[in-house]
Amino acid sequence: MTQPLGRTPAPAAAAPPPPPAPPAFARSGGPSAGWPGGWALAGVERHPTELQPYRQGLAERLYLPLLGGLLVTMRHFLRNLFHPGKMYTIQYPEERRDYSHRFRGHHILTTRPDGSVRCVACFLCAQACPAECIHIEAGEHPDVNIEKYPVVYEIDMLRCVFCGYCVDACPEEAIIMSNNYDMAYFNREQTVVGKEDLMKPYTFDEDQLGYRPRYPEEEVARARMRREAFSLVEATRRAAATKENAAQG
Amino acid sequence: MPTSAPPRSDSAAASPAAPAPPAAPASSAAQAAPAVPKTPVVQANAGVDLSPERDLLGRFPAGNITPQEGLDQPTWIVRREVLADLARELRDGPTRYDLLMDVCGVDFPDRAERFDAVYHLYSMPRNARLRLKVPVAESDPVLPSLVPVWKAANWEEREAFDMFGLRFTGHPNLRRLLCHEGFQGHPLRKDYDAARRWILTEDKIYKPHFDLPEGEDDLFERMTINIGPSHPAMHGTFRLVAVLDGESILASDVEIGYLHRCFEKMCETHNWQQVIPYTDRLNYCSAFINNVAYCRTVERLLGIEAPPKAVWARTILSEFSRIMDHCVCNGTTLVDCGALTNFWYMFQPREEIYGLIESCCGARLTVSYGRIGGLAQDLPPDFMARARRLLEIIPPFVDDVERLVNKNRIWLDRAVGVAAISGEEAVNWGWTGPCLRASGVAWDVRRAWPYDLYDTVDWEVPVLSGGDIHDRYRIRNLEIRQSLKIIRQLLDRGMPEGPFIVADPHVAMPPKEEAYTQMEAMIYHFKLVMDGIQVPEGELYLPTEGANGELGFYALSDGTGKPYRLHVRAPCFPIFSTFSRLIQGGSVSDAVISLGGLNVIAGELER
Repeated sequence: MTQPLGRTPAPAAAAPPPPPAPPAFARSGGPSAGWPGGWALAGVERHPTELQPYRQGLAERLYLPLLGGLLVTMRHFLRNLFHPGKMYTIQYPEERRDYSHRFRGHHILTTRPDGSVRCVACFLCAQACPAECIHIEAGEHPDVNIEKYPVVYEIDMLRCVFCGYCVDACPEEAIIMSNNYDMAYFNREQTVVGKEDLMKPYTFDEDQLGYRPRYPEEEVARARMRREAFSLVEATRRAAATKENAAQG
Repeated sequence: MPTSAPPRSDSAAASPAAPAPPAAPASSAAQAAPAVPKTPVVQANAGVDLSPERDLLGRFPAGNITPQEGLDQPTWIVRREVLADLARELRDGPTRYDLLMDVCGVDFPDRAERFDAVYHLYSMPRNARLRLKVPVAESDPVLPSLVPVWKAANWEEREAFDMFGLRFTGHPNLRRLLCHEGFQGHPLRKDYDAARRWILTEDKIYKPHFDLPEGEDDLFERMTINIGPSHPAMHGTFRLVAVLDGESILASDVEIGYLHRCFEKMCETHNWQQVIPYTDRLNYCSAFINNVAYCRTVERLLGIEAPPKAVWARTILSEFSRIMDHCVCNGTTLVDCGALTNFWYMFQPREEIYGLIESCCGARLTVSYGRIGGLAQDLPPDFMARARRLLEIIPPFVDDVERLVNKNRIWLDRAVGVAAISGEEAVNWGWTGPCLRASGVAWDVRRAWPYDLYDTVDWEVPVLSGGDIHDRYRIRNLEIRQSLKIIRQLLDRGMPEGPFIVADPHVAMPPKEEAYTQMEAMIYHFKLVMDGIQVPEGELYLPTEGANGELGFYALSDGTGKPYRLHVRAPCFPIFSTFSRLIQGGSVSDAVISLGGLNVIAGELER
């Protein structure tokens, strides 16, 4: 290994100019304008025992500043009236907030090209889960190179805290999280989502590999890298299997 | 940190022109290495003159107090017979420990004296910290109560009683705080099974405890009302029982514990990394600050430092989280007195900040973005642009709210002078954070014990002197502007290059590309998931400025891969314990807005 483990990227070709040194700010100047008191030093010498509450001036007693407030609300009202596109309200569910590609929503079990589940039932996700919401029962896979697959793979969506630890723990790109956040159920039985529901095809990731972060620029390169890595591993495995078969028979 | 003994005269407080202790080391270090912002490794009490403590130690008979060496802060093992005298001396003597930060129990089942009652003290004038440990046996877990010395001890001791069965003699109301009255056993003891269940019935329901004023029995129209736990005015699940005379509150009692978090027990059954999603749910209005506070604690235990990029991002996102928290607090407080418009104006910046945080980590509220040793993922490529956009759109909303509210007599009549508390009393009750600064005490963890990048930027600690709801509201608006100032300076400095998490495979998972292709990385990946991070034996209390005050994690590690004990010093906890005192004599409607102004978050109150 040429590079130590960890997320150290390759050094940039041209070192960026060092950022300007932070200003050596002075702390003199006394109590600053705007509020009584001033800057806190490390220690507080004494604690005030008397309170000096805010005193109302004449204008305030005459309710005059309310007019300024009315102007504020009127400005917002007129803006919303004439520029409805600038309103902050989102008409959910017709309109939806735009989330990033990193959004941690409903889980997805990814599949192999033949449509079978990619998971090899290694239980790492169940182990990493802080909410203990993943239930797996392993079975023997007909392909000896894969060894195991999940007979049962259930996620209790009421227990799940959507922390993404299962995705981080998965060594096979078998579980990822989608952008789907509107999950509604009619009873508690439905909230335990099984393998079939988790494997439903999704549309947003053409590479069928969803490692976060799926940020557009970096993602394309990352996906290609992963695909190459996978095909390499796959080829090595197949070669080994062929060799073994040849040796046996 | 003060570099010399503070024979500080009164002029020191009045003249900030005196050489500010934290500034000098900060700027010199920054000039020496401008490109790498340092993660300060600050040991508690660095540079503080500890001679008053030594004098005090000498005055007690030998054997009563044994200093314990080699810990992060001075620790004394105290025999319980001298605890009450010692506490009074510590507060009133030259040591001036005026703030009781925290009381918690620790259970060592194999020890003869099974329990430790651990007290964390802080001296604001001297910026010194001290930890007291009082061992008691299981057969006789009795200690003197410190409520006469620090009122903050009231709820803290009730919690220790509830969780460990420590009994504090002289406590005015030593009853369960978080658990139901019908609960049996003490859940944080090591021999208590985490999965154990009880059937709790209504006949053992909490009976409120009132300190009714004497000699007012002739009031014929006294009424007891119950507000909450499920009441829209209660901002969460709190129960307030108030004895009313007409409209004014004669006495009241508060019951908490409806949220059933079991945070500390759950931490003991999970590994260090798995605790991070739990910390999100402490103060869910500013979840990222909790992540940072926890990760810093574990990093310090491990003896590692997050890389500069992670520190930079942590500082910025913590400040954004603080802005969100203050927005929520001010918005909801104003709703409580009918000013609904401000709620919308205040929630819009929060919504935009959530957009930024979601683009970083994929979740809005419960972020889980911190990791031990750095961050969960790299910052998004458009982080700078988005953050700069936020700097432009947040101030107009705050301006609008200030224009609507600040000089509005309808609000002023409701808020000025209501639920007021003086700085001295607030410190005695254990207050920290914006509520304390509204009472005139200019104290902030970021300034008193700087961490991350706070000592390399120019910012001020706003202070107000009213101590009432109006000043708690105003101080939050001022702090929003200070946070924006911090963020702007850090953004101008530019994003540091480099990794976002430490390159230590024992702490941080190797990147997926390596885990798929390299055997060694795969092994580290498996080891980290299956066994977690192996934190060496140690003990640490580390404070962080949360949105409501000092958020401290007290962590004990025995080297097994799981926290032996993890205690949270939640800033809301002492503040809410003062609630009955604050609303006494006021009207019911005042009680409602004073609850909003304190910004009590049920998630961190009921851990």
